[in-house]
Amino acid sequence: MPLAKDGQLIDDPWTLVADGAVPPAEGALLVSYATWTEHRDALSRRNAPLGIRLDSDQSPALIADDLDRFDLIALDIPVFKDGRAYSYARLLRERYGYAKELRAVGNVLRDQYHFLHRCGFDTFEVATDEAADAWWEALSEISHAYQPAADARRPILALRQARTEHSAPPRPDTATVAAGWAY
Amino acid sequence: MYRYDEFDHTVVAERVLQFRGQVARRLSGDLTEDEFKPLRLMNGLYLQLHAYMLRVAIPYGMLSSRQMRKLAFVARRYDKGYGHFTTRQNIQYNWPRLDEAADILDELATVEMHAIQTSGNTIRNVTADPFAGVAADEIEDPRIYAEIIRQWSTLHPEFSFLPRKFKIAVTGAPHDRAAIKTHDIGIALKRGPDGETGFEVFVGGGQGRTPVVAKSIRGFLPKRDLLSYLEAILRVYNQLGRRDNIYKARIKILVNEIGVEKFTALVEEEWRHLRDGALALPDDEIARIKAYFASPAYLDIPGDVPEFDSKLLTDPAFGNWVGSNVTEHKVPGYAIVTVSLKPEGGIPGDATAEQMEAIADLADAFSFGELRVTKDQNLVLADIRKSDLFALWQGLRAHGLETPNAGLLTDIIACPGLDYCSLANARSIPIAQRIGTRFGDLDRLRDIGDITLNISGCINACAHHHVGNIGILGVDKKGTEFYQVTLGGSADENTTIGDIVGPAFGEDDIVDAIETIVDTYLGLRTDGETFIDTYRRVGLAPFKETLYAAR
Ligand code: HEM
Ligand code: SF4
Repeated sequence: MPLAKDGQLIDDPWTLVADGAVPPAEGALLVSYATWTEHRDALSRRNAPLGIRLDSDQSPALIADDLDRFDLIALDIPVFKDGRAYSYARLLRERYGYAKELRAVGNVLRDQYHFLHRCGFDTFEVATDEAADAWWEALSEISHAYQPAADARRPILALRQARTEHSAPPRPDTATVAAGWAY
Repeated sequence: MYRYDEFDHTVVAERVLQFRGQVARRLSGDLTEDEFKPLRLMNGLYLQLHAYMLRVAIPYGMLSSRQMRKLAFVARRYDKGYGHFTTRQNIQYNWPRLDEAADILDELATVEMHAIQTSGNTIRNVTADPFAGVAADEIEDPRIYAEIIRQWSTLHPEFSFLPRKFKIAVTGAPHDRAAIKTHDIGIALKRGPDGETGFEVFVGGGQGRTPVVAKSIRGFLPKRDLLSYLEAILRVYNQLGRRDNIYKARIKILVNEIGVEKFTALVEEEWRHLRDGALALPDDEIARIKAYFASPAYLDIPGDVPEFDSKLLTDPAFGNWVGSNVTEHKVPGYAIVTVSLKPEGGIPGDATAEQMEAIADLADAFSFGELRVTKDQNLVLADIRKSDLFALWQGLRAHGLETPNAGLLTDIIACPGLDYCSLANARSIPIAQRIGTRFGDLDRLRDIGDITLNISGCINACAHHHVGNIGILGVDKKGTEFYQVTLGGSADENTTIGDIVGPAFGEDDIVDAIETIVDTYLGLRTDGETFIDTYRRVGLAPFKETLYAAR
């Protein structure tokens, strides 16, 4: 499947290791949690990049102590309705301090880019090459956010705190209220 | 009431534009109905039996007269001239067209309204006490915190694909008029050890096929921690709530499966990490929001209003209406008025565009231009001078809005049922209408006194039948409509789930059954007892006896 970052298609240098297979010695490998637990020692001794792919019922808490071993964490979204990965991503970024590539894989749709990005994902497995085109549009559709999250946006609360007095919002005053709430 | 600042405006306006694009992609075939469905649901657009339905949020039930006029305009221009006020303090339009949905949202945005997260597996419209700010027993105005929650929950990036829908309600008074214990999260303002206000937090309430009363998981939460604590609850639920079976996906099931102690421990652990982060509420932000809910400029007037008292005596119809629809206000000389949307033979919660406009005008003339929607599908004018009550009543009467039955048996809460809803087993509206007609006599109604009656057309319980003093549930028996009856439910601070009386009643017997229940109560009650008091004293047995004896 095509891989996108910042709206561009990018190469995927990672090799997915099938469950039950013995991980090869060379190359950047993406392994499942099962493979990681089974071949943990051998995988830790390798001198090549290692990534892990977690299913939607596998919390990153499972690997919280091993995060420095991974250059890629891929979180599976089996169907777009399954929203667990959004929490997992924020935990990885904000709680566990994971700073490398965080990839959304599975049923990743254009209308999810924005929230996925806010929660800390930076690469996206998409269904078609064209699916990456809508990236910037999707990210800029809503320009402010109420919540702090894993992205660099300053939440509305912080923007309000920084606002100068002369641009203060309309204050309630009973004269306009009584006049039928006219502007 | 709250007014949008530039940030709120931008979010809502951009959201409409985004939705317009999504509709266009659906109409052009770029999006399949399956892919479009969650997007339209997050913008309040349902597909019903006959047409689309648009559910517009009325945050914690507050409306300005200007907003009400816009709702009337939408009803007339885009619907069949009416709208339906719901138990979730929303309004629903039953006949919008898909290609006009974004236009409606544009109209609403001009008056600071939206349909964001009125459906879908998201945090839904936050509800609150319809008497907020005017009730004498209030600790603090719940709307301040409901608005803070509204903003936090709007387009929340982490919680837009929850296991299931999620409802939050807030009460500021010990007497709970917001049914907080039937919500996924219920929040009650409370005084802490040093007299400061904070919250008690309840989790896991819900209705549907598994009715559950919410349990307290934190006795006192300081104000600054409101959002971090909510985020902790939602994060635990988002990760652990069941996703394999939609009937087991609500938070109530999670809390029951892992136990409230374990659940509480998980939330507290999560919160430990979050509480001192960016979600901590600064005092000045609370103060900023609070300023919007400052009391209007009440006059310093005497509580005794002789001209009002004399009208009560000389005009019995007015007196009846005052008896049921007018409530004590915290300020002397003022009163709270409930406008019943339950006329005899009508559809509970429906209002025509003309009625909406009339109420808006009356709100301008008599109630500082504001009104509220209640979970009982009625409207409230919260700040009426007692000396204006008679004129207000006449104004309401001119539009068929003076039904004197607030809180009485014919103030029925009913869901759309089989007339509109694709999930229904049975019709609700005609049953409500027939009960309304049977108990049309006002003296009898007033004699029966305070009672709640709720009718749902199926086990999804949209009309809260589990927590009605009398609950009616439509069931299907081999293709025929039957009605199961529960007794003793309540949705206040003593929330209880009603008891099933026994075998269901046929369509022809259900109204008689309700009459038997009422007569049984009248025979058993002692002085001053309401229906629920009597039921709690005598239990189910006497009702069962009279209901099934004749069979
Ligand atoms: C006609 C279209 C409607 C459909 C298809 C519909 C569908 C549903 C479904 C499936 C549920 C169960 C959700 C669950 O238990 O997880 C539900 C619950 C509910 N609905 Fe509706 N509904 C409709 C109309 C309404 C209306 C008009 C109201 C308000 C008057 C309403 C208010 C509620 C409430 C309060 C609940 C209970 C929530 C709870 O379990 O805590 N619904 N609805
Ligand atoms: S209770 Fe059932 S019949 Fe009534 S509106 Fe809800 S889903 Fe439809």
